[in-house]
Amino acid sequence: MKSKTALLAAVLLAGTSSFATAETLRWARAGDSLTLDPHAQNEGPTSALAHQIMEPLVMRDMTGQIVPALATEWAPSEEDQNVWFFKLREGVTFHDGAAFDSEDVVFSFNRAMSPDSDYKELLASVKEVRAKGKYGFEIVTNGPNPIMPSNLTNLFVIDKDWAEANNAVKVQDFEGGEDTYAARNANGTGPYKLVSREPDAKTVLTINENYWGKDEFPMEVTDIIYTPIQNAATRVAALLSGEVDFIQDVPVQDLQRVASTDGLKVITAPQNRVIFFGMNQGDADLTKDNVEGKNPFADKRVRQAMNMAINRDAIKQVVMRGQSIPAGVAMPPFVNGWTETLDKVPANDIAKAKAMMAEAGYADGFSIQLDCPNDRYINDEAICQAAVGMLAQIGIDVRLDAKPKAQHFPLINNLETDFYMLGWGVPTYDSEYIFNFLAHTKGEKYGSWNGTRYSNPDLDSQIVRLASETNLEERNLMIANIWSTVQDDVLYLPIHHQVLNWGMANKVETIVAPDDAAKFKYFTLN
Amino acid sequence: MTAIAQAWQSDFMWSFRRSPVAVVSFIVVMILVFGAVFAPLIAPYNPFDPATLNLMNGFSKPMQPNAFTGETFWLGTDDQGRDVFSTILYGMRISLFVGFCAVLFAMVLGVTLGLIAGYSGGLVGTIIMRVADVQLTFPAILVAMLIFGIAKGFTPVHLRDQMAVWVLILAIGLSDWVQFARVVRGATLVEKKKEYVQAAHLNGRKAAGIMLRHILPNVVGPVLVIATISLALAIIAEATLSFLGVGAPPTQPSLGTLIRIGQGFLFSGEWWILFFPAVTLLALALSVNLLGDWLRDVLNPRLR
Repeated sequence: MKSKTALLAAVLLAGTSSFATAETLRWARAGDSLTLDPHAQNEGPTSALAHQIMEPLVMRDMTGQIVPALATEWAPSEEDQNVWFFKLREGVTFHDGAAFDSEDVVFSFNRAMSPDSDYKELLASVKEVRAKGKYGFEIVTNGPNPIMPSNLTNLFVIDKDWAEANNAVKVQDFEGGEDTYAARNANGTGPYKLVSREPDAKTVLTINENYWGKDEFPMEVTDIIYTPIQNAATRVAALLSGEVDFIQDVPVQDLQRVASTDGLKVITAPQNRVIFFGMNQGDADLTKDNVEGKNPFADKRVRQAMNMAINRDAIKQVVMRGQSIPAGVAMPPFVNGWTETLDKVPANDIAKAKAMMAEAGYADGFSIQLDCPNDRYINDEAICQAAVGMLAQIGIDVRLDAKPKAQHFPLINNLETDFYMLGWGVPTYDSEYIFNFLAHTKGEKYGSWNGTRYSNPDLDSQIVRLASETNLEERNLMIANIWSTVQDDVLYLPIHHQVLNWGMANKVETIVAPDDAAKFKYFTLN
Repeated sequence: MTAIAQAWQSDFMWSFRRSPVAVVSFIVVMILVFGAVFAPLIAPYNPFDPATLNLMNGFSKPMQPNAFTGETFWLGTDDQGRDVFSTILYGMRISLFVGFCAVLFAMVLGVTLGLIAGYSGGLVGTIIMRVADVQLTFPAILVAMLIFGIAKGFTPVHLRDQMAVWVLILAIGLSDWVQFARVVRGATLVEKKKEYVQAAHLNGRKAAGIMLRHILPNVVGPVLVIATISLALAIIAEATLSFLGVGAPPTQPSLGTLIRIGQGFLFSGEWWILFFPAVTLLALALSVNLLGDWLRDVLNPRLR
């Protein structure tokens, strides 16, 4: 009898403890991942969701350090300085049970270098990739590339056989509006498995019981329900009412309210992201302006005048309520190449700006359309609206067209906007990443996010040379040179560096990742 | 007796004077319409001119000087430093303009189709009324959103802001004609059988002439009542569309857009950005609606 009771108690205990370990985290942020195809869109929230399901060779942990993921060790090859060698993790399986080996890595890298991939800039210096045995992998570059591992932190590996079986060898053409199996389904090696996904509504993930790092990481969150909530007030209301446990973007006006609510907390940290405006300065004429036969943005004086007309301090004080760092350069302070001098905010001088507009022949101004996202960056639409007022003061009549990022980003990629807002996070923490995507002439391998039509062959060749410069001192000098050209030409109008505000229930324990990618395997719960 | 005095003594005015609700509603509507029409003269600022905005004035509390600029605004400012009072006046212009034009459009369309359906009957009448029935099964706001989306797709991008108001009118008007058509058809069916219509017919008048000169004047009473009630609904429909972000652009806000902007600051204590536009919308829609109710009672022969 006694033993029976003990048994019953043990069963009951076991039952409750298994219930206690099932911890669901309800997660919300303004926008959804754009696609599950890991190589189709190089975009923050898209990679952030992908990181739960898929893994790169190396990744950044919540502090920004590069740590092992699917590779356990990596180093430049001793025989050939143009080769990086990666030792792959053994015994890893994909969510569908297939084994992971070097074949999958080679496949994924070749996929990421294909024309439709949005990651090809990161691998622009790569000549070829090859397997070296079942658990060895080599990247051969055109010249020695000292910072190769930091280019790979968002380069996810998918199963070759799965991709072939599901017609997903080719990368989804996101800008062309293509929909594929890989855009809606995922088979990775990551800590969480995809249970269901309704784009822009709800994505459900559950723990991968066979994850290689199950004992290495806390993994206290077992189920994740991700619901994008675009409206700021609704998102805060969801957190206040306990409908969600964690939101990644507490609106600046509600920080106080959330922080002072029992059971909730806000943690804040500067983000590795800069917000700026881009202008079509390369085309002979613009389609969305009222100037016939010429392009007002092509005149550097107009761009300088605009740079002076934007009052970044006012945006910080009023729109951001102090939660931003005004910027003078399109590069976050985390990045190699950043200096205080570069980031000095241009003086807000309307009189001088007006004089420059007149000098350029636009004393009466002109009108132009500004394209702006409304669910991507903190207060993105309000910043654009503020810019409308500031540019009006120097005679530029700006029509604002704000729309969700899923419609906004293709405008930039397809060169269909003349004046746009963009934010840029730098996962490699190095200027080369910014140059490759934003400053190099838009082409096959480079410049996929350069919507400015800016083309400077001399600058392009300097950018390409960066990848193979092994002397770090020399390389930093080259970076400084490129920045001075970019700044002189007023390639972009920087606005500010974002500050992250993560709001969460008290039971959630984490630090703020500077790349705004919450990796839930690191989260603990109490 | 002068004409005015004669009108004052009429049954219509007598019942108006006897109804305090009607008098108060009428006064409120007149004040609001006056404010909207003469907004450029009354409003201290022009909120639609972005060059006059000073962002540093943003989030000023009502009747209190701004912390940065020291300027004071009666009803405070919104997140862009726009004077809320001026913005309400200008926003109401858009709301009222869209409301009036949409109802006018719906009325012309609905009355025409209703007359045709009622007078000619047959296949044409059946088709018109079945289309109306199908449209009635969808909520009006859904129909308006659908039409708005399609029309926006056809508008050239650089004209979208200018066209937004006209697209709104089209969308709301098209979603609202059914009420008119149904009532007019019913009344026409009754009138058609009466002797004066048959007499006109025997005299050789054409169908269009009979519909316009003989039947229309006799069905105009109910149409007026529906028009008044529809006006309130159209104003609310415009506000709803703008609130959902598919109506008037944020740089030229209507009342609904203002409420959408203000709604983002509900939790942070900046209540005035939402409160004043919302109260204005409430006052406008409620008084127009009450006027419509009163009109219906007066014109309803069964209640006399």
